[in-house]
Amino acid sequence: MSPLEIQARLERILPTVQKPGRYTGGEYNQIVKPWDTTPAKVALVFPDVYDIGMSNLGMAILYEIINQRDDALAERCYSPWSDMEAALRSHAVPLYSLETKHPLADFDIIGFSLPYETLYTNTLNILDLAGIPLFSAERTKEHPLVIAGGHAVYNPEPMHAFIDAFVIGEGEEVIEEIIDVQQAWRISGTSREDLLHRLSHIMGVYVPALYTAHYEADGTFSHMEKIYSQAPLPVLKRIVAKLPPPPTHFIVPYIDTVHNRIPIEIMRGCTRGCRFCHAGMITRPVRERPVEEIVQAIKSSLQNTGFEEIGLLSLSSSDYTHILELVEAVSTNFHDAHLNISLPSLRIESFSIELMEKLRGSRHGGFTLAPEAATERMREIINKPISTQQLLDTTRAIYSRGWTTIKLYFMIGHPSETIEDVQAIADLCKQVLSEGRKVIGKKTQLHAGVSTFVPKPHTPFQWVPCDSLEQIQAKQALLKRELRQKNIKLTWTAPYDTLLEAWLSRGDRRMAEVVYRAWRSGALFDAWQEHFDYSAWIKAFQETGLDPAFYTHRSRLMDEAFPWEHISTGLRRKFLTEDYLWSLRGQTRVDCRERCFACGILPTFAELRSMNPGEVWQCPEVKPKSERRGAIVNPVDIPVVASD
Amino acid sequence: MRLRIHFHKTEAMRFTGHLDLHKAWERTLRRAELRLAYSQGFHPQPRINLACALPLGFTSECELVDIWLEDEMPVDQIQIQLMPALPPGIMITHVEDIPLSAPSLQTQVVAVEYSITYLDPIPGKGPMPAELLSAETLPRERRGKAYDLRPLIEALEVRPPALDGCAHWFVRLAAREKATGRPEEVVAALGLDPSAARYHRTRLILLENQPSPAAS
Repeated sequence: MSPLEIQARLERILPTVQKPGRYTGGEYNQIVKPWDTTPAKVALVFPDVYDIGMSNLGMAILYEIINQRDDALAERCYSPWSDMEAALRSHAVPLYSLETKHPLADFDIIGFSLPYETLYTNTLNILDLAGIPLFSAERTKEHPLVIAGGHAVYNPEPMHAFIDAFVIGEGEEVIEEIIDVQQAWRISGTSREDLLHRLSHIMGVYVPALYTAHYEADGTFSHMEKIYSQAPLPVLKRIVAKLPPPPTHFIVPYIDTVHNRIPIEIMRGCTRGCRFCHAGMITRPVRERPVEEIVQAIKSSLQNTGFEEIGLLSLSSSDYTHILELVEAVSTNFHDAHLNISLPSLRIESFSIELMEKLRGSRHGGFTLAPEAATERMREIINKPISTQQLLDTTRAIYSRGWTTIKLYFMIGHPSETIEDVQAIADLCKQVLSEGRKVIGKKTQLHAGVSTFVPKPHTPFQWVPCDSLEQIQAKQALLKRELRQKNIKLTWTAPYDTLLEAWLSRGDRRMAEVVYRAWRSGALFDAWQEHFDYSAWIKAFQETGLDPAFYTHRSRLMDEAFPWEHISTGLRRKFLTEDYLWSLRGQTRVDCRERCFACGILPTFAELRSMNPGEVWQCPEVKPKSERRGAIVNPVDIPVVASD
Repeated sequence: MRLRIHFHKTEAMRFTGHLDLHKAWERTLRRAELRLAYSQGFHPQPRINLACALPLGFTSECELVDIWLEDEMPVDQIQIQLMPALPPGIMITHVEDIPLSAPSLQTQVVAVEYSITYLDPIPGKGPMPAELLSAETLPRERRGKAYDLRPLIEALEVRPPALDGCAHWFVRLAAREKATGRPEEVVAALGLDPSAARYHRTRLILLENQPSPAAS
C-alpha cells in the first residue's frame, strides 16, 4: 500500500481512536528525508505505545546517528493501542512509519528496541501488523532485516526465532556497521543466508540462526554449538570507548508522554556492584561525560526543543566524579529559566540533599531514595551497604529542609529473605514517617514502592530462585496490612507480572514457542496491568509442555550452564560466582573505583582502555600493548579469590 | 508586555488538544528565547491564555492566544524570533501588542464560525439546513445531558461544494459560557454521521467586533 493511500485511510481512522496524536508524526524536529533517493531505510520501532516509546533515549540516539548519514534514513514506529490496532486491521492498513507513512515492510532494516521483556508479544504483533513473517526462518530476501537491541537481549534466546540479528551492547557504532553490511549485501544480490553470515562478522552482533542449542537429559541447558564455523562464540557485547556527545535535537511530541523532557546521560555504567542490578553488571565500564559537554548539551537541547524539564540520567548520579561541579554549573547557567531539573539515583547521604537543593527550581516533587532492603543484613547480601541510622538521619534531614514527601524504593524476594526482613520494611517506613513528624508534623508523607526481585541473567544472583507466587503474596499481604496508614502510600508490583518477567528474562530457546503461543492466545501489552493476560501465558506453557517453575523456582548448582552464557558481557563467570558466594556470607564489596575487583571488563577491553587513558573510564589504566608483557592487564590490587 | 497572537492551527496539529497546545506555545517561546512571564505563587505557571478550546481533530485559521513576556520588545522583533521556533501546525498571521489591562480572551468570545466539509456522498436530496433553522427546538443529548441545540445555532448555510464534490456548510454557533454549540452536533441534527465530516474554524467573534444580526 502506498503512503498516499495509507494517509487517505488514516483520515477516516484517526478521528475515531483515542489519542490520535500518537499516530500522526510530524512533530517539531522530526526528520524527513527523500525516500526515493536515500538508499538505506531503517525503521526504528519501540514496541509499546508512542507515549512510552517517545521517552526512550536509545531510540533518540539511533535516530540522530542514522539520519546524519547521507545514505540512510531512520523513521519511527510504535505499537498501536488496541483501538488503533482494530481500526488498522479492519481498514486493511499495514503498520506504517510516522515520518513518511511507508509500510514497515518497505524498509531495509527494522530495528526493535527491547529494554525489557514484557515487550516481546508486542514485537510479534508489530511484525504481524506489518505483514512480515514472524519467524526469521520464513523470511526471504524480499523482507526487511529484523534486528533488536536493548538491555533485555542480553538473554536473546526467548526471541531467537523472530529476530534475524541481535545487537548485544551499545548501539552507537554498530548500527552504522550493520547498515553498511546490509547495503553492501543488497548490491551484491547474494542469498539471505549470506547476509546473516556477513552480519555475524560484526563485533557485538548475534545471529541466532547460526547456532544450535543442546540440552541435558534432565532438560537443563547444556551448551550452544555454532553451525557456521566463522560465527563468534561467545558473542561479546559492543561498547563505545568514549561516550560520544549526546543527542540534542529531540523530537518534541505534540501530546503528553511519560517522560516529556530532555534526557541527558551524564554517565554510563555503575561502580557500586549491587548484586541484583542487571544494568549495573551489563553496562560496565563506567564512562563519564565531561561537565562542559553536559552543560553545552543542555544549552543546545533547550534551544532546539524548548522543553521545560531536563533529566540528568545515570545509574547512580552521586557517583559521577564531578557531580558537585556539574550541579553548580547547571544551577548557575539555567537558574532563571523556570526549568525542572531532575537528578535521579542519589545515594542515601546528606550530600544528596545539598545537590537537590542546588537544583531545586520552583516546582519539585518528592525526594526519592532506594535503600532496596530494610535491614542491614539484607543490604549486605545485596551489596548496598548503608546503615539504618544513616538512612534515618538522611530522611530526617530531607523533611527538615522542606520536602514533605519521601519516596523509598524497596524490593522483596531478595535471596535468603525472611518474613522478618519484610516486616522490617514496614517498620522502617513507620520510623521514617515518625522522624518526619518530629520535624514537620502532620504534613509528612511517605511513599513506599515495593517491587519484587527477579534474578536476572549475567548478575551474581543468576543462580537464585525467584519467590513463588505464594511467597510473594504473603509478603505483600504483610506490607498491605502493616502500612495501611494515613500519610503512607504503598505501591507494589502485581505478582503475576513478576512471574512473567522472570520466565522471559531467564528463558531458553524453547521459550520462543511459549512467546509465540501466548501471543496467538491474545497476550499483548504485557507491561500494562489492564492488558496483561496471565491465563494466555499459562495456556502457552501447557501447550508446549514446558514448566514455568523450571525456569524460575529452582535452585541451581553452581556449575549449571545458563542458556545466555554464549552472550558475553565481558564479566568473568568466576567473578559472578565469587560475588554470589560472598553475598551468602554477607560479605560486601566497596565501590570498585576504590579497588578493582577484576570483574573481567578490563582484560576484555584492554585495548580500548589503553587507547583511552585517563578519566574517560573509571577503571584502572592499562598500558599500551607495546609496553605490556605477560599478563594482559595488571589492575591494582586484584583480590585473591576466597575459597573457604 | 502582553501579546495577542493570531494563528492558524493546521493539519499537523489537528490532534493536539488544548492543554498540549498550551505546552506547545510554552516550548515555542522558549525556543524563540523570549522570556515568558510566570504567575506568582508556589507553583508559578507560564502566563499563556488561549481564547477558546478547539476540539480535537479540528483545524482553524482564527485562533488567538495572549502571552505575557518579561521584557518589552518591538512586535516585529518578536515575530522574527518566533517564526523559526514554531512547530509544524502553527502558522502565525498577526502579532499585536495589547494593553495589560485588556479583558481576558475567554470572556470575549461570543460566537464561533465553522466550515464543515462532508467527506461521504450524501444520499437523496441531502439535508435541509432551512428545515433545521425553522424548527422551534432541537432537543439533543450530549454526554448524558439533554439540551436544546436550536438557540445555539446563529447561522447555517449551504455553501458551494468543494472541488472534490464534497458537501460544504457554513455555521455560526454561540460560544458563551454554558452556551456553546458544537458543529458535530449540527451535523448529527442534519441526520448525518458526524465522524464523516471535517471541521474547520474560520472566525472567532469577540464582544468588541460582534457583527450586527443582519450581516453574516
